[in-house]
Amino acid sequence: MRTLIFRTVAPFLSSLMILFSVFVLLRGHNEPGGGFIGGLIAASAFAIYGIACGVSPVRRALYFHPMTLAGLGLLMSSAAGLLSIFAGVPFMTGLWVDVPLFGDTVALSTVLVFDIGVYFVVVGSITSMLLALEERSSD
Amino acid sequence: MASSDKTNIDLSVAMITEAPPLADWLVIAPLLLCMVVGAVLLMIRKETRAQPIVAIPGLVALVIVDAALLLHVMANGPVTMTMGRWLPPFGISFTVDILGALLTLTAGIAALAGGIYGAGDVNDTGRRYGFYPFLFLMMAGVSGAFLTGDIFNLYVWFEVLLISSFGLLILGSERGQIDGATKYAFLNLVATTLFLIATGYLYGIMGTLNMADIARKAPNLTDKAPMMTVVSLYVLAFGMKAAAFPANFWLPASYHTPRVVVSALFAGLLTKVGVYALMRITLLLFPAERDTLAIVIAVVAAATMLLGAMGALAQTDFRRLLGFLVISGIGVMFAGIALASPGGVSGTMFYAVHSMIVMTALYLASGMAARASGGFSIAQPRGLYQSHLLLAAISLILFFAVSGLPPFSGFWPKVILVKASLDVGAWWLAGAILLTGFLTTIAVGRVWLHAYWRPDASDTPAEPVSLSPMRDYLPLILLTGLVVLVGLFPQRILELTQTGSEQLLNPLDYIRSVFPQGEVK
Repeated sequence: MRTLIFRTVAPFLSSLMILFSVFVLLRGHNEPGGGFIGGLIAASAFAIYGIACGVSPVRRALYFHPMTLAGLGLLMSSAAGLLSIFAGVPFMTGLWVDVPLFGDTVALSTVLVFDIGVYFVVVGSITSMLLALEERSSD
Repeated sequence: MASSDKTNIDLSVAMITEAPPLADWLVIAPLLLCMVVGAVLLMIRKETRAQPIVAIPGLVALVIVDAALLLHVMANGPVTMTMGRWLPPFGISFTVDILGALLTLTAGIAALAGGIYGAGDVNDTGRRYGFYPFLFLMMAGVSGAFLTGDIFNLYVWFEVLLISSFGLLILGSERGQIDGATKYAFLNLVATTLFLIATGYLYGIMGTLNMADIARKAPNLTDKAPMMTVVSLYVLAFGMKAAAFPANFWLPASYHTPRVVVSALFAGLLTKVGVYALMRITLLLFPAERDTLAIVIAVVAAATMLLGAMGALAQTDFRRLLGFLVISGIGVMFAGIALASPGGVSGTMFYAVHSMIVMTALYLASGMAARASGGFSIAQPRGLYQSHLLLAAISLILFFAVSGLPPFSGFWPKVILVKASLDVGAWWLAGAILLTGFLTTIAVGRVWLHAYWRPDASDTPAEPVSLSPMRDYLPLILLTGLVVLVGLFPQRILELTQTGSEQLLNPLDYIRSVFPQGEVK
């Protein structure tokens, strides 16, 4: 698989896919998309990079262990649900705040935090599995 | 977007408008705690020294929260919190009654014992593989299953605990473990699929998966025939999960392979989740269909307990023997579900609590005995009675308890169940329970005689093995203390399980807790 063309293209392809995955994640707020599908796209980006350049560059690029990212995601999602205790509403109720940004208002919500958490859980767990499998097959 | 509520929309039609009391947060607190601590432990997975330091206080907190939840439910009846403010049945409800709260607390105690024991039993490799994160995520699944009030959500929690249990099973990646895990995984996935199929049918028939909603709509259903299919599927699926005859063979094939502490947690928690789900579905939701299936469940119960006890008689490996005792206990619990009288249900709840504690303790004791005597085989006498008197004494108490001999915790639920069986004239079921107790006594008596009492016969005396008082004896003494306490003062638990069985058999309080208006739509 490690042809010159693939190895040259893979970093660009991967970074493009990760950018796209963030777009899908944010788009999922009101339209089809979301944390789960975004996370899958990002995980496949890491997988492509791993197939082309080996697993250790991916681990270096990620810096954190993928499972740590998954743990962070789980923590974010739980925290997003827990915030509603301060607003006096039941668990997992969406809370909204309008933030003025660049002359426009952006609606931020705990739903978004939850979705980002899902994104990290999916990225972390799937990447962890894929990298482990790639490592096994290469040695 | 939800922020655009400038137009006058009446939110109270779709949403809960009043703020939930702070105490109601206890309903989801066990879950949240498990997930948050599990996530933190996952992030510090490589810090093997820090893992137990974070995990054990987390488990203590879990027990405290569970106990607070039980007290809250005892004081106020079933408590509900519906996620995301949406009115049930559209929002997912977590509804806790005494059955759920009591089992969650017992599970928390068993997990605490396992967590402390694991600090000694699970080495650095096991910790790096994620023993503690998996333990917490499994506890999230177990607590979620006990607390949820929605059938699809119950399925999700089953998945959560199943996936975490796969991780725990193969903690050392040994050949035997992979072999055991394959059997375990395959059978459990089949059961989960059946569960999902039944849930799909149920949704097609009822149009709702909220348990309280089903409980109030099921009696008005005109076409009863499809419900029989659904309930039969549920009985099969949960029977497989609980390791009831004839789908019990996966348990002895897999429970002796993982680390001792993992076996202990599985034996204490996982099969009981199957029993709990069966109680919830058959007793709360579909009592009419259960009445038709009662004889089937009763025969399964008798066969499970007898075959479990006979299987235990045939074993020479301590841990395999315990696997059969787990199965035998499941049979006893099924007997109460088959009877469905207040006495029977209360006996089943009591037995579930007893079994969770005793089976966990027995596995922990077996691990300590194996460490002290050099193996799980009971054929080689190592004179544990001489070398480890305290361990031998604790084991004897646990053996008495698991056989159902007084004055320990196994005695009372069996008395209640035998009486409940005789009340309805099911003398053969009562006979099966008594015979099982007798066979179990012989099976564990054999272990005690061979492995503990007989003096060391080998020429070279074994190296004296010291067991840590904190990591090894503390959890065992904690659990055994509960066994003795429940056996000597059964009144409190008895009252609790009686109230619990009333709540389960007359679901009015349960339904009122989810639908305060109370009218049947």
